[in-house]
Amino acid sequence: MERAATTAFLTGKRHLLFVPILCTLVLLSCTHKSEQQAIEPRRQTATQNGGQLAAQPSFIEAEDGEWRMPAKNYASTRYSGLDEINTANVKNLKVAWTFSTGVNRGQEAAPIVTGNTMYIVTPYPNYLYALDLTRPGAPAKWKYDPQPAASSQGVACCDTVNRGAVFSDNKIFFNTLDGQTVALDANTGKELWKTPLGDINKGETITMAPLVVKGKVLVGNSGGEMGVRGWLTALDANTGKVAWRAFHTGPDADVLIGSSFKPFYEQDRGKDLGVSSWPPDMWKIGGGTTWGWISYDAEQDVIFYGTGNPGPWNPEQRPGDNKWTSGIFARKPDTGEALWFYQWSPHDLHDYDGINEQILLDLPVNGQQRKVLVRPERNGYVYVMDRTTGEVLSANPFVHITSTKGVDLKTGKLIYDEAKQPQVGRVVRDICPAPPGAKDWQPSAFSPRTGLIYIPHQNLCMDEEGVEANYIAGTPYVGMNVKMYAGPGGNRGVFSAWDPVGGAEVWSVKEDFPVWSGTVATAGDVVFYGTMDGWFKALNARTGELLWQFKCDSGIIGQPVTYRGPDGKQYVAILAGVGGWAGAIVAGDLDPRDGTAALGFVNAMTDLPEKTTKGGTLYVFALP
Amino acid sequence: MCSHSLKKRFSRKGAKAQRKAAKLLSAACSLRALLCAFAPLRELFSFRLSTILLCALSLSCASKVEQQAQLQPPPQTPLPEQTHVLRVCADPNNLPFSNQRQEGFENRIADLIAREMHARVEYTWWAQRRGFVRNTLKARACDVVMGVPASFELALTTNPYYRSTYVFVYRKDRKLNIRSFDDAALRDLKIGVQMIGDDFANSPPAHALTNRGIITNVKGYMVYGDYAQESPAANIIDAVARGEVDVAIAWGPLAGYFAKRARVQLEIVPVAPQIDQPFLPFIYDISLGVRHGDQAFKEDLERVLQERRQEIESILDEYGVPRVRAAMRAEG
Repeated sequence: MERAATTAFLTGKRHLLFVPILCTLVLLSCTHKSEQQAIEPRRQTATQNGGQLAAQPSFIEAEDGEWRMPAKNYASTRYSGLDEINTANVKNLKVAWTFSTGVNRGQEAAPIVTGNTMYIVTPYPNYLYALDLTRPGAPAKWKYDPQPAASSQGVACCDTVNRGAVFSDNKIFFNTLDGQTVALDANTGKELWKTPLGDINKGETITMAPLVVKGKVLVGNSGGEMGVRGWLTALDANTGKVAWRAFHTGPDADVLIGSSFKPFYEQDRGKDLGVSSWPPDMWKIGGGTTWGWISYDAEQDVIFYGTGNPGPWNPEQRPGDNKWTSGIFARKPDTGEALWFYQWSPHDLHDYDGINEQILLDLPVNGQQRKVLVRPERNGYVYVMDRTTGEVLSANPFVHITSTKGVDLKTGKLIYDEAKQPQVGRVVRDICPAPPGAKDWQPSAFSPRTGLIYIPHQNLCMDEEGVEANYIAGTPYVGMNVKMYAGPGGNRGVFSAWDPVGGAEVWSVKEDFPVWSGTVATAGDVVFYGTMDGWFKALNARTGELLWQFKCDSGIIGQPVTYRGPDGKQYVAILAGVGGWAGAIVAGDLDPRDGTAALGFVNAMTDLPEKTTKGGTLYVFALP
Repeated sequence: MCSHSLKKRFSRKGAKAQRKAAKLLSAACSLRALLCAFAPLRELFSFRLSTILLCALSLSCASKVEQQAQLQPPPQTPLPEQTHVLRVCADPNNLPFSNQRQEGFENRIADLIAREMHARVEYTWWAQRRGFVRNTLKARACDVVMGVPASFELALTTNPYYRSTYVFVYRKDRKLNIRSFDDAALRDLKIGVQMIGDDFANSPPAHALTNRGIITNVKGYMVYGDYAQESPAANIIDAVARGEVDVAIAWGPLAGYFAKRARVQLEIVPVAPQIDQPFLPFIYDISLGVRHGDQAFKEDLERVLQERRQEIESILDEYGVPRVRAAMRAEG
């Protein structure tokens, strides 16, 4: 489920469950909280091993210094070939200019750069700014105000975030919280079309960044907890007319499942599974929304994207696999017809949405080069899948997991631990990962130079206990008491470098707060990310060594990008402004004494207000 | 009979608070206007009659703002007694509890309390769902929520002013006579329950049925419904009248009010047991909720609730709110 500033509870217990053995090696980090982050080397890198590296697929365009979509390219590598800023000189990085968005809510968007212009979209009320990069200080050329319905804040389920705009064919496309997709003339800011797709009165909102593929704008909805039925919709980029819509529950005809549908695993084959894997009628309000990331294999002409958790029923009220929620679809972009599906979390028990990014790579598996997609998933596993068939090649844990025991590679099935199954009236402790998962929406990056995937993520577990009566819309209801806390080690966040060939972590950096920002990798062998207490950091992509950091005015949950300016210099840009589900305690002014906030997340974040305040500022850095 | 603490409270807020409230109301109104503006676009997809109603509402809303602007005293002038304000946080579309036309029983009780306090009522309208308390009461946009469970943690609650129960609702002509969750007939009948949708949070009847393995014959109705419709929560009672489900299990005040207005005769029967195993209550005490710390204000409200008990009871009767007497609890 996608969430925000909610109301739920708190008791400030911090559990130190066990201390990893590795900590004995990294004494400093364990004995006292050092200012300096702890780097945990796990194994040698693939390069040092002399092994073969994973590579970007060949359809990726050559580096042109621009950043036209949040994921940088269709393979979603978030890798820039720019190398002016490198491991040797990054320490000299200075602020080049800043820009206030005027909106002090969680800033999750990636700045978009093309030609001489940068575009940024703010959280609700979703202003779109065009900044002139040719002029000193990059002043705004124009601002577009979509005037979304104010009620989308109160009626909508979730946060007011927006994950970014996208540039294509001289147009800027983005979505508004109240469920509209907008196309603007990229030069003038003139509105070309605006199509309402979701109905806020039914709880539908849109927070994701669209992706434009072959003249179609792809958009999904949010609001699974409101009884929304999830979908992905394709709009004609020129007219804004709906070309197709694929639902994620219900009959095959609605899901656009036809003769081309060839799922790899037995359990995904059969007629109308989107109906029969639910008790009668429950699929009609079954969730499975899409608010994360879409990738596109331009060679095979296939899009890949994930679906959210089932809702609004509690797990025991919806026996069955609840298809096609918490899984991944491969579809044809022209028609939307489904090619294959795989379910990360069948019959999801823990709010493990399946909407994360999928990075398309080519890598060796048992000596054979395979076209794969790599998916650091909310349920705690890094999946490597054959993207032509939907076969799971490996699924290795990247965090401490107690809710499941692994993925059966023969059947593709996730193996649940029955003892961790939530149930009203039963107390279940030490469920890892917690509902935001091992990793939420915050996207990873891949560097072809190191062969590593850089994963910003969290380290959170939870207890579910008791029953509490509450009150919404005139009706008492019964809620589970969810308490989140730091997982093993006591740190709530981690930034990991992962070798997708070896299927293991290479190094990781512990962070006090969940790492809720995205990341970018560059040809200068530097990776950038931000922390919720406001540090924007540059690490050595090979070792994880901290090379440079800058304290922004507010916590960072945005997506860093890098580009070549009109002056030929390399710049790095990030939006600061804490918020989102994790940062709701600050952005939503939640009371840290009120444990009921943000569905138990506040319990894990009570100290955030001491470390940061609200903000909404773009920072752009360059070498002097 | 405006107590000392209340006076202080009102003079402290004064004109500034009024201006803020007027601003909020005008924001609420402009949102309605926006919805109306979008109506032609929405038509492309699923246009609803009630959008027209909403638009009509916004007109009355607009005139209200004007009226409020007129009521604003000039700056620095002390407020005369009669402009004391009872600032209520309420849902603009949630009958039988409240709506923007002030037709709900909570609107009526707010009027009653305000009269007793020589104040007039001013509303901050916000949909009662996630973030409601945060954006209204806690944001100090208003000072009292008219109905919260007595055990509500997000607010300081008064002594409860009524106790209601979940009820079975079915058509009289079906002659079902269902009184308990353990009635074997519930295994075969089509049953409607309300869904909330937060993880692991649903209406108590949904859990009671699940605990008994009654799953496949249950249909869910979102408690929020379609907010573009008038009284969205009525959908579950309509479903019984229409025959879409055989039995609905709903919160008493909701069922009582809409059953009275249904086009067929409906039976309203309190559920049993009143508290299910392992601990799942079906009766709830309902209180007024104020901000934590507003102790004196809470006590003022409690005095009014006490003194106007009879009138409150008649309002609840008028709206068909089923009540559970204290003695019955012991029996249950």
